[in-house]
Amino acid sequence: MTIETTPSEVQTTPSTIESPALPEGVWRQQHLLDLDTCSRSEIEAVLTLADRMREILDRRIPRVPALRGYTVVNLFYEPSTRTRVSFELAGKVLGADVISVSANTSSVVKGESLIDTVRTLRAMRADAIVMRHSMAGAPYLAAEHTDASIINAGDGAHAHPTQALLDLYTMRRHVGELDGKKVVMVGDIAHSRVARSDLWGLAAMGAKVVVCGPPTLLPRGLRAADRPAHAESALPPVSIETEIEAAIEDADVVMALRLQSERQESGLLPSLHEYAAHYQVTAERLARAKPNHLLMHPGPKNEGIEIAGDVARGSHSIIEEQVTNGVAVRMALLYLLSGRADPAPANEEVRP
Amino acid sequence: MTTLAIHNGRVIDPALGQDGIADVVIVDGRITRVGPNEGDMVIEADRIDATGLVVAPGFVDLHVHLREPGGEHQETIATGTEAAARGGFTTVCAMPGTQPPLDSRAAVESVLREADVSARVHVLPIGCITAGRAGELLAPAGELAGAGVVALTDDGHAVADPNLMRHALQYSTRFGLPVAQHPEDPALVRGGQMHEGWVATRLGLRGRPPSGEATMVARDIALAELTGAHLHVCDVSTAGSVQLIRAARERGAHITATVTPHHLTLTHERVAFDDSYDRIHYDSSAKVFPPLREEEDIASLVEALRDGVIDAIATNHSPVSAIEKDIEFDLAAPGISGLETAFGLTMRLVHDGALTLPALIERLTIGPVRAWNLDRRPGLEGLGTLAPGAAGDVVLLDPQAEWTVDPQSFAALGKNTPLAGERLRGRVVGTVVDGRVVFETAAVAAL
Repeated sequence: MTIETTPSEVQTTPSTIESPALPEGVWRQQHLLDLDTCSRSEIEAVLTLADRMREILDRRIPRVPALRGYTVVNLFYEPSTRTRVSFELAGKVLGADVISVSANTSSVVKGESLIDTVRTLRAMRADAIVMRHSMAGAPYLAAEHTDASIINAGDGAHAHPTQALLDLYTMRRHVGELDGKKVVMVGDIAHSRVARSDLWGLAAMGAKVVVCGPPTLLPRGLRAADRPAHAESALPPVSIETEIEAAIEDADVVMALRLQSERQESGLLPSLHEYAAHYQVTAERLARAKPNHLLMHPGPKNEGIEIAGDVARGSHSIIEEQVTNGVAVRMALLYLLSGRADPAPANEEVRP
Repeated sequence: MTTLAIHNGRVIDPALGQDGIADVVIVDGRITRVGPNEGDMVIEADRIDATGLVVAPGFVDLHVHLREPGGEHQETIATGTEAAARGGFTTVCAMPGTQPPLDSRAAVESVLREADVSARVHVLPIGCITAGRAGELLAPAGELAGAGVVALTDDGHAVADPNLMRHALQYSTRFGLPVAQHPEDPALVRGGQMHEGWVATRLGLRGRPPSGEATMVARDIALAELTGAHLHVCDVSTAGSVQLIRAARERGAHITATVTPHHLTLTHERVAFDDSYDRIHYDSSAKVFPPLREEEDIASLVEALRDGVIDAIATNHSPVSAIEKDIEFDLAAPGISGLETAFGLTMRLVHDGALTLPALIERLTIGPVRAWNLDRRPGLEGLGTLAPGAAGDVVLLDPQAEWTVDPQSFAALGKNTPLAGERLRGRVVGTVVDGRVVFETAAVAAL
């Protein structure tokens, strides 16, 4: 159980990552495409390790060599600041080499397919490829054609599993175990990759989830009764509300989702003003939630549209903490995907 | 004089109501006799022993993309018709969505000339409804009829403008051509990648709602009734469309319809799942428009096929190249290469007891012929039957033979099928066009 380092660096190793113990052999994923394939114990492995990563991140000099020699490529087909920077920092804190590439789907037209790109990056010895893409399923196509670890950093309206992991982590830090906790997501459920991944993660952790949005922004078949009996388990259990007041009643956690202005342009909403009137998360509406409720938002937020500015910056808001935790969770994930052994098991003395 | 005698098969000819052990004799490319021991009456002949096999009229496919000219990386007239021969189809209707499209006499004649040289089976061209399939101006239906087209369609582009569609239907009546429409309203399905439902929700893909089909079919039926024209609905895929077509036919409207083998057997779940719901994939080989639907739709389509509300099975053979499929799902070309799996796949309906074998054969032979009155055309008399005087187009079938679909062994250039590796029961073992064997497997023994 040692980290791969040269002898001269052993001196720095003991302080890398400390207890609690990393659950051994629980994590079995080669890629992280969504949380639908992750068991509760796998998710817990990430969250447990994230605690240790959070501790590293809070050090005066947040830098350890745990992933030295490990190469992470951020392959972003869609612009993103926060997710890209979060992965870059996560890799760098752990000593990995991180390269960010802005790709363009128009390169397909020029003859460079997604498969070619991914295989080329692997041929250059990329160990992990973090992919953001505007089209659902793109990371799945990549994963079929490489043995590098593919991490889905958001694919179209499908999934954003690292956001979901950081949401779970952040909730757990405040409310403990999520079993039976009521989590409400408000907004554009139909087009939200965050909502889809959160649904899987929250279901695995035993939370009760309510989604709320205007009928034009709710996806078809999400209600179990709208699916054939044999497909009951094919989507996570969820209740659906179109009135925010009813949805928020007794909530432990309320999450407002970003509303894209395209939704108005494509005729799904009459106006942003009308949306705000019926679906904005406000102090008045939050009064229906539990007194100690948490308020979250995956960002970037439009204050005054899906969330009121005062509550976004108020005492229940943990929105900024979500961002910090995002780095810790991504550190944990990269580390688990690297397959490197626990550098400092709790039951074993670290070498002097 | 050349003679082919096919001995001792179970001859099923739905048009003539025949089903029994008999011989089929073809002289100089035309059927001459069908009956027990008729083959023994001819002295000099090439002979095939069809003992244990089914012998039927060659299949007729109203909806095939041969891609030539302009799409030769996807399919050619030579490869597409070779695929047809292997699938038991002796006549295929070629869709006009080529480059250039078949919207002029010159374009149609170029296809017919190439077919003369390289086609393995009979090719009947279909012309465009509108010039360039652009949905703006009518294509010259009279000129196209004169060049030999058997129907009009804008292929995968439905005619969106209701006024233009009205005029297309009205004008077609002068030339007796069916107007065939892809049954989806472009505005309702824009950007959609698969059936709108719970699978699309799980995958985060934009859906194509079933109502996108129902509104188009309802509109077109209303326009067909207004004009008295012959509307053909291609690729019916929803229970809602079936209801509309059934009601219109009961009112006496001239509506015909076809359904594909994949819409009769596969659901939208094929896009995402193998054998469990735990793990998803994005299988672009199952991306097709209209999309694969749900089990209730299949039940309704099978019922309509059985009772004749849907006239025929047509493959909508849509070959595309691997580089057009092995990309992001949203960018992948829709379509299934269907000629070589059509019989094996639709035999599932027979094995499941949903359809009898003669009924299936009817929907592959005389069903499509009568839908478009193809046998009233000069030279096509008796098409879809084994009547004396008909072209010597025959298929030999082994309904029980099991085989595994291997796209790499397809004759079609398009290897795009969601059935790769699938076991099918029911196989085409020999195909005869104009009395010449164009395809045979080892199961067909020469005597």
